[in-house]
Amino acid sequence: MHELGIVFHIIRGVEEVGRKNRVKRVSAVTLQLGEVSGVVEHYLQDCWCWAADRSQLLKGAQLRVETIPAQTLCESCGEIYPTVAHGKTCPACGSAYTHLLQGSEMLIKEIEVPEETDIPPEPKGPGETPGPVCGRA
Amino acid sequence: MADTTSKVKVIEIKQSVFASNDEQARNLRGELKEKGVFLLNLMSSPGAGKTTTLKQTVKALEGQLRIGVMEADIDSDVDAKAMAATGVKAIQLHTGGMCHLDADMTRQGLEALGTEDVDLAILENVGNLVCPAEFDTGAVKNAMILSVPEGHDKPLKYPLMFSVCDVVLINKTDVMPYFDFDLEKCKEYLRMRNPNAEVIPICAKTGEGIEAWADWLRTQVNDWKS
Repeated sequence: MHELGIVFHIIRGVEEVGRKNRVKRVSAVTLQLGEVSGVVEHYLQDCWCWAADRSQLLKGAQLRVETIPAQTLCESCGEIYPTVAHGKTCPACGSAYTHLLQGSEMLIKEIEVPEETDIPPEPKGPGETPGPVCGRA
Repeated sequence: MADTTSKVKVIEIKQSVFASNDEQARNLRGELKEKGVFLLNLMSSPGAGKTTTLKQTVKALEGQLRIGVMEADIDSDVDAKAMAATGVKAIQLHTGGMCHLDADMTRQGLEALGTEDVDLAILENVGNLVCPAEFDTGAVKNAMILSVPEGHDKPLKYPLMFSVCDVVLINKTDVMPYFDFDLEKCKEYLRMRNPNAEVIPICAKTGEGIEAWADWLRTQVNDWKS
C-alpha cells in the first residue's frame, strides 16, 4: 500500500516534468532510494508495473533504482558509521545520540525519453502507439 | 525490451518524490491562512484513541471554535457518524486502499467539508505510524496520539512520525499502572528525535488533560488567525 502511494507521486512528478518539456513518452525513470527509506524495491516494481501502464506518458516505462547507502553520525564522538549494520547506537562509543546523514532519500534522478517522440506541439486526439506490456525488470 | 538502436535523451530531474506534494501542501497552507482556517493533521496508530479524543475536544471547545472534522479511513464511515453525533460538521474520506492522505486528497476533503464556517478543521489521518508522516497534508500543525499500551519506546521505532509532530498527546493515562510505560523515558526518546515537540498527557475516556490540549488548540488557532 505504501509503495503504491509513492509510485503515484513518482508518476505525478514525472508527468509534470514531461508536460514542461513537451515529452510524449518516457521509456525509463531512474530513482535514487536511500537504504533506510522504508521502501521495498520489489513491491515498488510491482506497483510501478500496474500504475505506469495506466499513464499515457509512462506506459511500458522501466523503473531503475539506485541505492544510496545509509550513514549515521554520532553526535557524541563524531564517528560516521553504516546505519544498517549498527542502527541508532554508535559502534565506537555506544552513544544513542546519533542522527542519519543520508539514506532516507527518495529522489527522482532522471528520465529517459526516446528521441523521435520528442515532437513539439502535441496533437490532440486518438492514435496512441501501444507501449510494450509490463514484464520489464 | 528496450530498442537499443533508437536514441534516447536523458532529462535530469533530481527532485524528491515528494516535491510536487510538498508544493501542493505549501499552496494549500497559504490559502488556508488567507481564509483564516486552521488545519490540524491528527495521526496515530489504529486504536490509540483519535476519535474518542476528538469527541472530547469538540466538547471542550464548544461555543468557542467552529470545528469541522474529516475522517480518513480505508473503509467504513463509523468515525464520521460518531463525530456527526457530537454536533460538529463531519465527513468521511475514503483513501481507496491508500495508507495515508496527501495534500491533494486533503484539498478535496476540505472542499467537500466546506470551510467557510470553520475555524478549526481537523483531519483524522489513517491509523498508521509510517506513511502519513511522509506526506505533508498542508496542515498548519501535526499532532499525534501515542497511547500507553503501545509503549514508551515508539519514538525510537517510528522516528519520522515523531520528528514531524508539533505536539504529542500521551493517551490512556488511566491504564498507566497496568503497563510498563515510562513517561519520562518517552519524553527523553522524543527529545532525541524532536526537541521542539510538546507533550500533553491525556485520558480521552475520563477527560483528564483535555483542557490543556484544548488550550493548546485555542492558542494555535488564534495565532494562525491573527
